[in-house]
Amino acid sequence: MADIFKGIEPMVYKSRISVPYHWWAGETASRFLVALRDEQKILGTRCAACNKTYLPPRKNCPLCFSASMEWMEVSNEGTVVTFTVARRQLASLPRKAPVIFAMIKLDGADTAILHYLDGVDPGRVKIGMRVKAKFSKDRGARMQDIECFVPKGE
Amino acid sequence: MAKRVAIVGTGQTFHKSHRPDVNGQELINEAVRAALADSGLKMDDIDAVIIGNMDHFEGINYVDCWSVDGSGATMKPIFKITTGGTTGCTIAIGGYHLVASGAFDRVLVIGWEKNSESDTSGAITTAFDPVWDRLVFAGAISGLAAEAQAYMARYGATDKDGARVSVRDRKHALNNPHAQLRKEVTLDEVLASPMLADPIHLLDVCPRTDGACAVIMASEDVAEKICKSPDWIWGTGNRHPYAYLGDADYGRLTSMKRASTEIFKKAGIKEPRKQINVIELYQPYSFAGIIWIEDMGIVEPGKGAEYIGSGATDMGGELPINPSGGVISCNPIGATGLIRCAEAAMQVMGKAEGRQVPDVNFAVSTGFGGCWWTDMVLHGKKKPNY
Repeated sequence: MADIFKGIEPMVYKSRISVPYHWWAGETASRFLVALRDEQKILGTRCAACNKTYLPPRKNCPLCFSASMEWMEVSNEGTVVTFTVARRQLASLPRKAPVIFAMIKLDGADTAILHYLDGVDPGRVKIGMRVKAKFSKDRGARMQDIECFVPKGE
Repeated sequence: MAKRVAIVGTGQTFHKSHRPDVNGQELINEAVRAALADSGLKMDDIDAVIIGNMDHFEGINYVDCWSVDGSGATMKPIFKITTGGTTGCTIAIGGYHLVASGAFDRVLVIGWEKNSESDTSGAITTAFDPVWDRLVFAGAISGLAAEAQAYMARYGATDKDGARVSVRDRKHALNNPHAQLRKEVTLDEVLASPMLADPIHLLDVCPRTDGACAVIMASEDVAEKICKSPDWIWGTGNRHPYAYLGDADYGRLTSMKRASTEIFKKAGIKEPRKQINVIELYQPYSFAGIIWIEDMGIVEPGKGAEYIGSGATDMGGELPINPSGGVISCNPIGATGLIRCAEAAMQVMGKAEGRQVPDVNFAVSTGFGGCWWTDMVLHGKKKPNY
């Protein structure tokens, strides 16, 4: 199929569309984000029937679909469940490569959250490593109100 | 009682990184004409059409309507299904359901993508939750890398084990004229290729591709009149567990375990490793070729690397995987899952030419989507006994 262009001058058209979205976080995420902004507290929700505390918090239990969830504060310290080091500077990567992404299970939560891991050499990150949240000085009720996680004790 | 369903024809385009010689409709048309020719049917014979892709890659929202000049679906029932990476397999399952319901006898299923028309990583990022996951994440590779890291820590696998899978698939691609990348690589070349996201090297992952695939399904009332030895669908499974990225059990593909357990039980398959003759695995990166066959029950957890290393999944081995060269050799995303389905069907029908595995009784094809989803189809030579 080396001759697919034979007799064809392929024309290309560029998009002029820009679709800027804004997303309403919803009541459950908003409560989490306000607590994060105003009190530097990390809140999950717990399903008593399944005995699981979810982070991010859920309005319904994803396992049993129960709507009777109770709010729980979880620790700002936790354990690295898994991680990777993104080495390439993709346009969609909001930071300068290399970037360490980690799945972190905070103490008291049964699910992990995704965040940056800083303050450690990319070659020295280990699964099972203990980390704690570093809160941002510039807070705007976003996940980035946690600036990153850093190894505990540093 | 559901009707039994068979695949009676398949068609694929020539998949390339860029196909600027055709627009999306023309690309779709190429696959549709190939599938019609393969089955000996005409567009008039088709009762309904299912089409799928990933909207953000082309920025075209109403693909079902927009594509009718290419798909032939003008004034026919046409349905769009889109489920991210799993799309190609989900549309196959959708086609199966349409025919099994008894509402339609002959259904055309089309998966396509022109990945060259946008920023693949950016478009894939739209699959993640905007509030929780998207702001600190980018593309698909980092999530896969996190899976590989967790698996390696749990079972002691190395990046060499991953590279071995890549060597296999890239070698198999030499037998497939439709594969985009057809160049053999060595273990050392994989390991020396640039690190993208630890532990994934450039040669561990799939390319991005322009391509389309079409599959024609028929009910048991007409299938054997169209095709003497069709590919019978024995079961389909579909598990989409994702809520947020941190919910997954990294290092295990739970959705694969659930889908395969359901299908094998239904079909009475007790020893999948011995009873299945070939697998077309939607394996977007090498380590998945180790991890996910464990979840499918082919080998015990932690034994995947040893099994791959033994050559058992190479052509001529006990259970060849990805005779087509797989996703690592060719990945037009919305078509990719349907290509797995078509390739498995070709194996069962004895039409796989240079990549044919001998005496295929059962074949498995799968789809994988960004947030740890699995779609799966079991194909068989005999008509299901249920």
